[in-house]
Amino acid sequence: MTERQRLVTASPHLATSHSTPAIMWSVAASLVPVIATATYYFGPSALLVIAGASAGALLTERAFGPGGALRDGSAVITGLLLGLCLPAGLPMWMAFLGGGFSIGIGKLVFGGLGQNVFNPALLGRAFLQAAFPVALTTWPAQPTHWAALRGDNFALPLMSARAPDVVTGATPLGLMKFEHQATDLWSLVIGRTGGSLGETAGIVILICGGYLALRNYLNWRIPAAVFLAAGLAAAGLHALDPARYAGPLETLFSGGLMLGAVYMATDMVTSPVTNRGSWIFGVGIGLLVVIIRTWGGLAEGVMYAILLMNALVPFINRATQPRVFGTRSAAT
Amino acid sequence: LSLALRWHSFRHGVHPPDLKALSGAAPIRRMPFPSEIILPLRQHAGQPARPVVRPGDRVERGDTVAEAQGHVSAPVHASAAGRVTAIELCPHPDGSFAPAIRIAVEPHSPQALRPRIIPEWEGLSPEQLIAAVKDGGVVGLGGAAFPTHVKLAPPPDARIDTLVINGCECEPYLTTDHRTMVEYPDRVLLGVRIMMRCLGVERAVIGIERNKPDAIAAIRAALPADLDVEVLALRVKYPQGAEKMLIESVLGREVPSGRLPLHVGVVVQNVASVATIAEVFETGLPLIERIVTVTGLGVRQPGNLIVPVGTKLRDLLDACGGMNESAREIVFGGPMMGVAQADLDVPITKGTTGVVVLAAEECKPQASYPCIRCGHCLDACPVFLNPQLLGTLARAGRYEEMVGSHLADCMLCGCCSYVCPSNIPLSQLFAASKAQVRKLAVAR
Repeated sequence: MTERQRLVTASPHLATSHSTPAIMWSVAASLVPVIATATYYFGPSALLVIAGASAGALLTERAFGPGGALRDGSAVITGLLLGLCLPAGLPMWMAFLGGGFSIGIGKLVFGGLGQNVFNPALLGRAFLQAAFPVALTTWPAQPTHWAALRGDNFALPLMSARAPDVVTGATPLGLMKFEHQATDLWSLVIGRTGGSLGETAGIVILICGGYLALRNYLNWRIPAAVFLAAGLAAAGLHALDPARYAGPLETLFSGGLMLGAVYMATDMVTSPVTNRGSWIFGVGIGLLVVIIRTWGGLAEGVMYAILLMNALVPFINRATQPRVFGTRSAAT
Repeated sequence: LSLALRWHSFRHGVHPPDLKALSGAAPIRRMPFPSEIILPLRQHAGQPARPVVRPGDRVERGDTVAEAQGHVSAPVHASAAGRVTAIELCPHPDGSFAPAIRIAVEPHSPQALRPRIIPEWEGLSPEQLIAAVKDGGVVGLGGAAFPTHVKLAPPPDARIDTLVINGCECEPYLTTDHRTMVEYPDRVLLGVRIMMRCLGVERAVIGIERNKPDAIAAIRAALPADLDVEVLALRVKYPQGAEKMLIESVLGREVPSGRLPLHVGVVVQNVASVATIAEVFETGLPLIERIVTVTGLGVRQPGNLIVPVGTKLRDLLDACGGMNESAREIVFGGPMMGVAQADLDVPITKGTTGVVVLAAEECKPQASYPCIRCGHCLDACPVFLNPQLLGTLARAGRYEEMVGSHLADCMLCGCCSYVCPSNIPLSQLFAASKAQVRKLAVAR
């Protein structure tokens, strides 16, 4: 070792192999099976919508983000997740716009990675919902052919889309809310229903999330709390009137709850840093989902439930600071 | 019954690789005397010692060269016979230049000790024992180098009931305490006996991490029948050897924030220091040499060496075959809390537990990313701070708020930096913030 090669750095001189990009890319990689499932159910349209959203997110990060920011992988996750909460027949330009909004307004204006208050993908989805309410709630029905597009994915921006040549269907939540018609649980679990791309792969999302939780790349307490709260609240309502209210398992496996609880609520940046806070955060989301689905004007409430709880995270953090060692009141 | 009692552990903490295999089986060996030794006047917590020799003086091995200044201080002794060449600013392991006594060691000297009366410890009162420990310049050898005689004489209103002996050695790589326990179990237990006499306690507990089964077995085999000394095998977890964590693990007692262990009736002493106390009464030798682990992938012959205090890093590395091509960073202490050295002429001091030579593959530069608020640092912090918040405050220079968020309770163990996926130098930020807080307090 020459004098020039010698390092003098601060302790500790060891570190774990975990790194922020490794976490981000692992999360992105764990979405591959979810995307594959969406493609199985929705054909090439799924890939087109996800590609549109991701392109919007990545190009915005590249154009306006700090140099080299693409490498940390966070924009990829935002793009993929946004794509997964959109319907298959959405024109690609809308998905692209949503991706741009997610990164630009959802993240970069706050100061970039780690600074945003709201989950960027959900903010993008909320923007699209407000801008294009009809397109965002047009669910394709079973197609004639697997490879057929589920809508006018290639529509030109701001042109009215050609009338889709597929019959639009309804989501299980819509059926339950507006027609009081339940969908059988098995179809929900394996995802053989209408809905957004990522809404139809409950079991796949659970497995992928389990992998991330094992690697400590997501805080398992958050989805656990969401499931518990939403499940218990739904069970209570279901007991009151089984015909009106969905049962607990139907609640958990329908709509965007699975994707939201496992992938969106656990976004590290926009969820609490404390474990106690994570439980509170998850319970809040679970209850809000059931409240919005039951008494709100919308069939689905996962997006607003998470965004509302995102806004509360600073307060939850402050309220759940750990008790510093040696400050027990009983200690003399 | 608290959880900690049942599990013999504390909450949070991290699991770094233990990396002790390099030197764990190497028997303790003595290194040859170097040609020069450098004895810093500040090798202990508290006031630096005051020199009692002048340049040109000849000193025998074991002679006092600097005396304690005040109560919280310790004398310094010559670790080899030779001639004082200078008292001047020399490189210090903390990175500064500090006053030190340079001694040119006599070549071919037998390095015999000046004949001395070895005190018969059994006939001495606690006060006499403590005075002998103080005269021997004994300080804690676990790293902090707190003068031992101060610990042995707690204030009269403190009611000490248990002596806790720290044999955890939770820092990766280091095997000093491990080898001491394996090779000198009787000396360790004699030290325990003397400490118990000084403190007037009936009970002692030796905490050893489970990754040292041979040390646990050796100490257990040497346990005397007439003393209430218990050996507890503790969970392997960093920082198990941190004073407050160890007390929590062993006794289930929580030392209040800002207080000392004696507040909960405990005195903690490290195994190597306990053995040194025994040595003072066994051989009459003051603390002039210590066992140092020299290890790491960058050193040719890792081992555990008896090193004269004041030996220069350069000479110690030479005694271990030197460094290999991959060596990049030299750390005094363990890799979690140790201090990297810039100068090969820094001396080994009383508090140097080990020298770890890290190889290139262990110290790759790592990019730092923005905090993603993953909360892993909160799960790691053994004293339940919020390093995420503290780190943000430190970067903004909001030191007053950091004080309110218990910065003082941070012991710079490095767990937060260790787990941080964004490689934010939290530990370093907190060390700098503590210095800033001190500066602000002085300015006021």
